[in-house]
Amino acid sequence: MHGSKLSKSLIFSGTLVYLFLYLPLLILIVYSFNDSRVNVGWVGFTLKWYKVLFADKQLISAAINSVIIALIASTVSVILGTLAGVALHKHKVPLLSTLVMIPVAAPELLVGVSLLLFFLLINFSLGMISITLAHIAFCLSFVTIAVKTRMHGMDDSLMDAARDLGASPARAFFSVLIPTILPGIIAGWLMAFTLSLDDFVITFFTAGVGSSTLPLAIYSMLKMGVTPEVNAASTVIIICTLILTSIATKISPQLFK
Amino acid sequence: MAILELKNIVKQFADYTAVNGVSLSIEQGEFFTLLGPSGCGKTTLLRMIAGFESPDSGQILLDGKDIKDLPPEKRPLHTVFQSYALFPHMTVRDNIAFPLKMAKWNKSAINERVNEQISSVQLERFAERYPHELSGGQRQRVAIARSLVDRPKLLLLDEPLSALDARLREHMHVELVKMQEKSGVTFVYVTHDQSEALALSSRVAVMNHGIVEQLGTPREIYSRPKTYYVADFIGKCNLLKAKVSHSAAEHVTLSIADSFELTIANPENKFNLGTEGWFAIRPEKIKANWDPRVEDGIANFKAKVKGYYYYGDGTLYEFLLENGTVIQCMLSNNRPHQASFFEDNDEVYISINPLAGNFLVE
Repeated sequence: MHGSKLSKSLIFSGTLVYLFLYLPLLILIVYSFNDSRVNVGWVGFTLKWYKVLFADKQLISAAINSVIIALIASTVSVILGTLAGVALHKHKVPLLSTLVMIPVAAPELLVGVSLLLFFLLINFSLGMISITLAHIAFCLSFVTIAVKTRMHGMDDSLMDAARDLGASPARAFFSVLIPTILPGIIAGWLMAFTLSLDDFVITFFTAGVGSSTLPLAIYSMLKMGVTPEVNAASTVIIICTLILTSIATKISPQLFK
Repeated sequence: MAILELKNIVKQFADYTAVNGVSLSIEQGEFFTLLGPSGCGKTTLLRMIAGFESPDSGQILLDGKDIKDLPPEKRPLHTVFQSYALFPHMTVRDNIAFPLKMAKWNKSAINERVNEQISSVQLERFAERYPHELSGGQRQRVAIARSLVDRPKLLLLDEPLSALDARLREHMHVELVKMQEKSGVTFVYVTHDQSEALALSSRVAVMNHGIVEQLGTPREIYSRPKTYYVADFIGKCNLLKAKVSHSAAEHVTLSIADSFELTIANPENKFNLGTEGWFAIRPEKIKANWDPRVEDGIANFKAKVKGYYYYGDGTLYEFLLENGTVIQCMLSNNRPHQASFFEDNDEVYISINPLAGNFLVE
């Protein structure tokens, strides 16, 4: 009796939490199919906002920019972050571990402004490259932390065992260490990819004129009010995120144990 | 012939000396154990043999060749780690094949040897499983199978049974000895468990504070401990303050715990009048009876039962001497019925044969 009562209250509170998280998204998705210029009241079903969306050359090119930046930034930061995570686990330098945390904890505004000042100081022209560099800078911390956490849960004697059984240091690194911490690496890559894809503040400061990413483009569209086209764009992003996350957990289920 | 020789190995860490001049010679085919408490240097010594640490000075000769400067992967020996260190992303089969792949064997040779190895440890049914799908005992067997697959010259085992429960541990004792005999590989085993060391080893080196306190067969170590430390660390032992009170040709008389006297041999006149030390005697070497035993050389004295612990096969009594000294005595429960049990405060006679104990002088 007590058990079923508990599980009922659990279901109730769980439903509330998920409603809180997903109801706004759901409304946004529903209104992307609404046959009306304004987001008030349901008029009828249409796909025309998606047509408008995919015909919007500016928005599409911004989306392509975003994906390119996210791919490069996440991949570069995964390589550097994995090396940093492994090194920080091996050589416990207290100050360095704290410094890695700072970009995660610091307000984005601060990071954005400081990067802008830095680029101006070294006379680096703002554009795709400066955005990518800025994204690598803040993604690096997330990847490093994800890898370091995974290393923390790893048996340190694995690497010794690999060497002991005949593997050179490089061989041990690639055939034992990397596969063992792969879940951390994948998690770090995904985190970096999504963070880069939807970053607004830091991108805003480092983009300069001319180059735009999807979040910047959507923001500029909002100046003219929330049109259903924005809803459609957001829906596409949500679906992409969903697919990405499920792929990651499916890649190798046993690795996520 | 010695397969492994350690010559005067010293290893210092920032704030302490882990190994302080250890020399050992280990014979081909031995089951050799390094026994000691944590921090005695046994694991550091093992890691130096494996190549994970390098000694500050000394030589490590394997088959007569100094391997001190070889990296771990170039040494023809393997280690079984305390945590087993099975690769979590590889199946049992791939784990066992790993050393052969590293040595660049061809595929069919690898398959043949791996299959042979898997069946020798009876893991056929588990060959395609991942380590997290195995029990502790199975993981243990995989770890040993993996380390023996390329027939190394030496197998180092770092407390490999400490993660198992007591029953399984005893079962693994038998398996370990079998595997060692079957493979013919020399085992160097590290443990802090003295009963494990006594049961498994052909020889034991008892370590303390970075040095070897005593080296010998389990029997020698147990019945003829050479230092206070060894007597105290291995098994139960009465360690009683003793002092030479009379000295004669080839014999000295010890005054023990200010309570009784024993006459022991004095070979090579090692002990002089006034020499102080401890008389070490195992609880099962002491007899207790209602009446004194009248035999030559045997010391009898009165004691009172302070308490006892019933162990099933034997009973451990604590006897109180008149001056408050406590002596432990293990009596077999296999003795004639009337003599079997004493109760608290019973007055009995304890008899000690001086040959059963050891006079230890620091």
